[in-house]
Amino acid sequence: MTDSVNNPANDSISSSINDFSPLEQHLLNDFQRDMSLSATPYADMAKQLGVNEEDVLQSMQSLQENGVVSRVGPVFRPNRIGVSTLAAMSVPADKLECVARIVSAFPEVNHNYERDHLYNLWFVVTASSEEHLDIVLYEIEQHAEQTLMSLPMLDDYFIDLGFKLTSSLTGSPKQANHNG
Amino acid sequence: MQLNKQVLHLSSKDRALIKAVQGGLPVVSRPYAEIAKKLNSSETDVISRLQYLMDNGAIKRYGVVVRHKELGYTANGMVVWNIPDDKVEELGICIGNYDCVTLSYRRPRRLPGWPYNLFTMVHGSNREEVTQKVAEIVEKCGLENIDHTILFSTRRFKQRGASYTQKNTSSTAKAVKLQLVK
Repeated sequence: MTDSVNNPANDSISSSINDFSPLEQHLLNDFQRDMSLSATPYADMAKQLGVNEEDVLQSMQSLQENGVVSRVGPVFRPNRIGVSTLAAMSVPADKLECVARIVSAFPEVNHNYERDHLYNLWFVVTASSEEHLDIVLYEIEQHAEQTLMSLPMLDDYFIDLGFKLTSSLTGSPKQANHNG
Repeated sequence: MQLNKQVLHLSSKDRALIKAVQGGLPVVSRPYAEIAKKLNSSETDVISRLQYLMDNGAIKRYGVVVRHKELGYTANGMVVWNIPDDKVEELGICIGNYDCVTLSYRRPRRLPGWPYNLFTMVHGSNREEVTQKVAEIVEKCGLENIDHTILFSTRRFKQRGASYTQKNTSSTAKAVKLQLVK
């Protein structure tokens, strides 16, 4: 049993893959892509791993509660169902936290990181259309009182096959079904 | 690699579905039935529309999305490269092939301040490991004469799946700002 109330996802949790149970390791490693679109995806996972569906549901729930799993489901292709851009700002150190909060408050912003560079705030903005994106970028600049540099993706050279987790388990998601 | 570059035409029903699933599927026995309930739709309908989105290249990957940081990959370096235009595809693919790399995008230069046109994300358990992996990539892909720099993340303010919302929500930002000013 997991205690969802007292176990919120937070930034302080950091673990190695070997800290997880064998079932959790399999859940983290084996289903990063090509998950079936069947009505019962978790039962399918359970069947493949030879465990009960209830065990899969419980483990998946706790992996999400402690923040290791962000979500289960689709990763949308950039610029296919909407438009997005990577934006960067060069923010004075004493204003960074305040500006970052203003930027993060926009629901169109998903990733927002501080990086050690003259351009120190980097975030991704996603919108349903070019017009909407332009408006959001403009509004971010207005509210944050900072100019931004917009760097939309022009080409994607990366085939997303999930992230390889090195552990005692075998199998590398990236090498496995490369043609699949 | 050049396929699927156009924005797909989507109905309002599709948009509602995307909005319902972009934060992840519910962790219950019949997740699509639960989503269907919220959308006033049917389980079969939800699955077939997702299949449509997948068949049309709107979905890049379907499955468990892990957070690198929580798994011990606490350092991520955004490595940016200034590559001659006629070489960027070949080298972008080469770099994107490494296990520790999770992105390889071409983006515009913004001269004079920003000369870099290829963005890659390299993960490791610490900065030294990331730097070492970048050195390996430089050697293996033959990038010795290519200018690059590593931007390490020092703080994560927000990380979640993309949100393709329609409406304009600047009021939220305004509210936050007012709070901060007070």
